[in-house]
Amino acid sequence: MTLRALLLVATALFSLGIYGLLTRRQAVALLLSIEVMANAANLVFVAFARYGGAPGHPLVLFALAITVAEVAVGLALVLLLYRRYGDTLLELASEAKG
Amino acid sequence: MSGELGFGLLALVLVGVPAFRVVTCRDLVRGILWLAATLLGTAVLYALLRAPFLAGVQVLTYVGGVVTLMVFGVMVTRKHEATTFTIDNTARLRGALAALAFFLVVAAAIFRTDLSSLTPVETPSTQDLALSLLDRYLLAFEVASVLLLAAIVSAVVLARRRDPVPGPATAQEAALREGSTP
Repeated sequence: MTLRALLLVATALFSLGIYGLLTRRQAVALLLSIEVMANAANLVFVAFARYGGAPGHPLVLFALAITVAEVAVGLALVLLLYRRYGDTLLELASEAKG
Repeated sequence: MSGELGFGLLALVLVGVPAFRVVTCRDLVRGILWLAATLLGTAVLYALLRAPFLAGVQVLTYVGGVVTLMVFGVMVTRKHEATTFTIDNTARLRGALAALAFFLVVAAAIFRTDLSSLTPVETPSTQDLALSLLDRYLLAFEVASVLLLAAIVSAVVLARRRDPVPGPATAQEAALREGSTP
């Protein structure tokens, strides 16, 4: 198992997250894509902690806390979107567009 | 080099395929379950990278907490007939191009960088990790706790049902109200 393969896998994960973020229209699906991307970032932290000894493990813990907070608030926003429009398609929430 | 290839294939099966299903699956609930598979695969990679504590935390908070929360989110908000949804082809093409471009740029950077000086080292034990959290990273630790508290409170405030707007109540609500105040 080498660092290069790990970094490539993390990059592939992040790219998949970008693809999901750009193609999905459902708010929850966007949250899923963001989770995949955050996961890729965490994988890179852990990989560099193993190879080269960067202090990656505490960072991953903090990143986990931030992601959990983001999901909690994001799902509350999805719930609001649903209550207001009866669906969770993001293009419904375009009132603030200029 | 063959070890690298074997590991790449392992990681592809553990993480890549589920992640691909997450972003392409039409059914949201299935997408969430594939996300759980992705996160479990990542936990396996953490364990292989000598981070057993992080692997445990990943399973507990992500697979146990976040995925459950998301399933609730979908179950509460979905229209029961229409959880599947379509993606038009131009958006799919644009997304694929952007993702591919990102992947190629970063992959090129990875292959050009000399990584040979980075050799496997001993990772910190759980005890070291705990001590560093309460010593070197104490401020970040406290800030993270405040962040989590703020997230909990704001989620509750956002999701709390406001006083209902006066309007025609549904038959079910009316019946509930009748039942509660005989």
